[in-house]
Amino acid sequence: MSQEVLLQVKDVSKSFGGVKAINNLSFDLIKGEVLGIIGPNGSGKTTLVNLITGFVKPDSGKILAMGKDLTKLQPHKIADLGITRTFQIMRPYYTLSAFKNLIIPLYSPRAKRARGGNLGDRDTVAIDLLEEIGFERDAYVPYKLASTLPQGYLKRLELARCLALRPEIIIADELFSGLSMSEIATMVPIMEKLQMSGMTIVMIEHRLRELFMVANRIMVMNFGEKIAEGTPDEVMDDEKVKEAYLGTETVV
Amino acid sequence: MEILVYGTVNSIVFALIAIGFTLVYGISRLSNFAHGALYILTGYITWQFLNRLGLNYAVAIILALIITALLGAAMYRFLLIRVRGMPSSEIIASFAIGLAIMEALRWRGFVGQTYILPPFIEGTTEIAGVLIDWQRIIIVIGGLVVMIFLWLFTHYTKIGLALRAIAQDERAAMMLGIDSDLTAVIALALGSALAGVAAIAILPLGNITVETGYNVLIYAIAVCIIGGLGSWTGAIVAAFILGFAQILTVAYIAPQWQLVVVFLAIILTLILRPSGLFGKQKELEERV
Amino acid sequence: METRRKERLDRGIRVRTNGIYAISSLKEMMYLLAPRLALILGLLILPLLIPNPYWQRVVAIMSIFALLSLIFDFLAHYVGIVNLGGALFIGLGGYIAGILNSYFGLPLFVTIPVATIGGAAISTLLLLPCLPMRGIYFAIVSLMYPLLFAKIIEALNIFGGTDGIPGLTTFGNIWIDQYLIIAVLLLTLFALRRLVNEDFGLVLRGIKDNDQAVKASGISITRYKAQAVFIASAIGSFAGAYLTHLYGWVGISLFALDFSIFPIAATVLGGLGTLVGPVLGAFILIPLTETMRAFGTLRIVFYSIILVGFIVFKPEGLMKYFERKYYQFEHWREV
Repeated sequence: MSQEVLLQVKDVSKSFGGVKAINNLSFDLIKGEVLGIIGPNGSGKTTLVNLITGFVKPDSGKILAMGKDLTKLQPHKIADLGITRTFQIMRPYYTLSAFKNLIIPLYSPRAKRARGGNLGDRDTVAIDLLEEIGFERDAYVPYKLASTLPQGYLKRLELARCLALRPEIIIADELFSGLSMSEIATMVPIMEKLQMSGMTIVMIEHRLRELFMVANRIMVMNFGEKIAEGTPDEVMDDEKVKEAYLGTETVV
Repeated sequence: MEILVYGTVNSIVFALIAIGFTLVYGISRLSNFAHGALYILTGYITWQFLNRLGLNYAVAIILALIITALLGAAMYRFLLIRVRGMPSSEIIASFAIGLAIMEALRWRGFVGQTYILPPFIEGTTEIAGVLIDWQRIIIVIGGLVVMIFLWLFTHYTKIGLALRAIAQDERAAMMLGIDSDLTAVIALALGSALAGVAAIAILPLGNITVETGYNVLIYAIAVCIIGGLGSWTGAIVAAFILGFAQILTVAYIAPQWQLVVVFLAIILTLILRPSGLFGKQKELEERV
Repeated sequence: METRRKERLDRGIRVRTNGIYAISSLKEMMYLLAPRLALILGLLILPLLIPNPYWQRVVAIMSIFALLSLIFDFLAHYVGIVNLGGALFIGLGGYIAGILNSYFGLPLFVTIPVATIGGAAISTLLLLPCLPMRGIYFAIVSLMYPLLFAKIIEALNIFGGTDGIPGLTTFGNIWIDQYLIIAVLLLTLFALRRLVNEDFGLVLRGIKDNDQAVKASGISITRYKAQAVFIASAIGSFAGAYLTHLYGWVGISLFALDFSIFPIAATVLGGLGTLVGPVLGAFILIPLTETMRAFGTLRIVFYSIILVGFIVFKPEGLMKYFERKYYQFEHWREV
């Protein structure tokens, strides 16, 4: 694997009121890897996602990607560079059907560029994309209203929204949380397939067992700081990690 | 010197007008666009008691305030409660209620020279070489008393503390057994009564016209927006800014620019700093 | 205790006409077409049925308010912008047309298009800084703008000050008067209905549902909101320019609160989010208030009460109610 750095977070800090959500955090993201980020609740994981994708501006530090400082860009510009995210709390466009949810990202400048300016029929593209990610076309699932879809489909819809942009990096914020075991079982192969295709992915997760099946590298956060980093096995043997997780979560 | 004295008086007028509006918003997150109408209505009721029924001035005032407070409470209990949580519906509904009240008053012919509330004390006095009538001094004192009273009320009484709890975190307060709707009723009653207090203090300065109602609403909104919705300190600071800005406009430019200055202040504040000078809401960063 | 409840079921014909099967029989095609034809033909015949010039004028006014209600609904329900300042569009369009006509002597067919585009451009520029704001903040600014313009014109005493500019060109023919605005109304109505289901419209609706997700999809929401506001304000400015030439006069009453408040009442009455509903609402409310002209400001009281009544007790509005009756049947069921 080539060691091309795609995204670089440099000494980023962010506090809300008196609370330090992120404290001097630095890490690199290498092209083609799946980086898992874990940590107890309130350790600043979602804030980190918001910082990278521009929804929140840091107090200090830089985030570099594709030769640009992301902290100076608006969220839609960052998405335009190909850094996409899913939301932890899914709010699809409830009044639209599933495939029409995808028309919106397909209408974006990046999606047009990525497909050579000529998309053809957006509806067809959207439905194909959904079928790829497990919306059964024969059962008319892509045509269903987003408000009637179960959790598992909504999570996949979020992921499809990212894929519609032909992204460079996908940041998945707790993709597995709130899903049943069988729903997770269908999600894992999707993530593995994406990984095989060479997509760079950041996964923020609480479901460690499934995460370790997919991730190449794990970063552990606590109180807004990086406390450990390495392969899944290395991380699990780390004393500080055990300390941070002790009593809050059982690791199998 | 004249500007200083009249600017202060004008600022207190603004604060009095706005305090009811900001109280209601601060506690129940409800923008009461009927505020101006309640203001003018109190004036009307007082006038009716005074001239038609020939009641004592003080009795008329107290009765009028009670009626206004009940009206505000009823307005919430029977109408606004159903659109709670939908900001645009709240605005439209309360504005329409206000419109109905004000236009009904206009239809009754409640405009012009004949409708004047007498000042509490006739005559004028002199402060630092500036001629000033007693009514304006009463406004200043009254305004300060109202503010101190409210501060004590919200900090030291049980109801007041409940109101503040709801204002800070509605869900947490509800879990502690504070009834959100009941506090909103109380807030609206109190807010309406405060509109009434402002009306009774300020109206004796001039004729009562329905247009005053619209202006009062605009002033109240202006003060709250500039100070930051729901912020008390902000409201008072903004009242002083607007009060002096207006007096300066009258003194150095021309009286017809008064409202223009207020509008411009609102628009500029919203564009440059949407949360207001002291607002705590981070409009643009919320709910990610 | 309640022992029965109302059950609603789609009519068979409604289900059969869903999708491409609609073209299978004349009856089913008529089922789909009838409401649309009723509206189009009704509007086209309406001026012929009215003998009195006074009421023919009312038809024109009605259509202006219908246009305003339409754009209020479009912005509020499909873009998520609560615009309380319809008077801004009317006033800008009206004044631009009036000034061009009076000071430069330009004819109608120049002033109206220029006012439409110019008014839309100015409105969009003015509202642009407020677009990132949400909810009541935008509502308040939009409410303030027309009042501000009226006060500035009054204070500077320009463009005729409080008296306005009289003696402008009129259409000269009562039939042109009415059919022009009716044609524009119908075109706008069907164009907007179409637009909200096109890809562009979907982006707008996406912004209303969840603006964060639209941002995360690499789309600039301010840009799309601005485009939506431009479309809406162009329609509003056209209405203003038309109104100016209808009366041959322009004045600060074009910035009056009526143009901002009335469309809201019509929209709430007709049904938010239906686009046809607001038109219907305007066509009910305006004649009603006209007949009540004798009562003076009492009619404002009257429509305020309608407004409060509907928004509080019947927020779905008339159109949704009719739609339900047309598409579904109801029956009581024992529980």
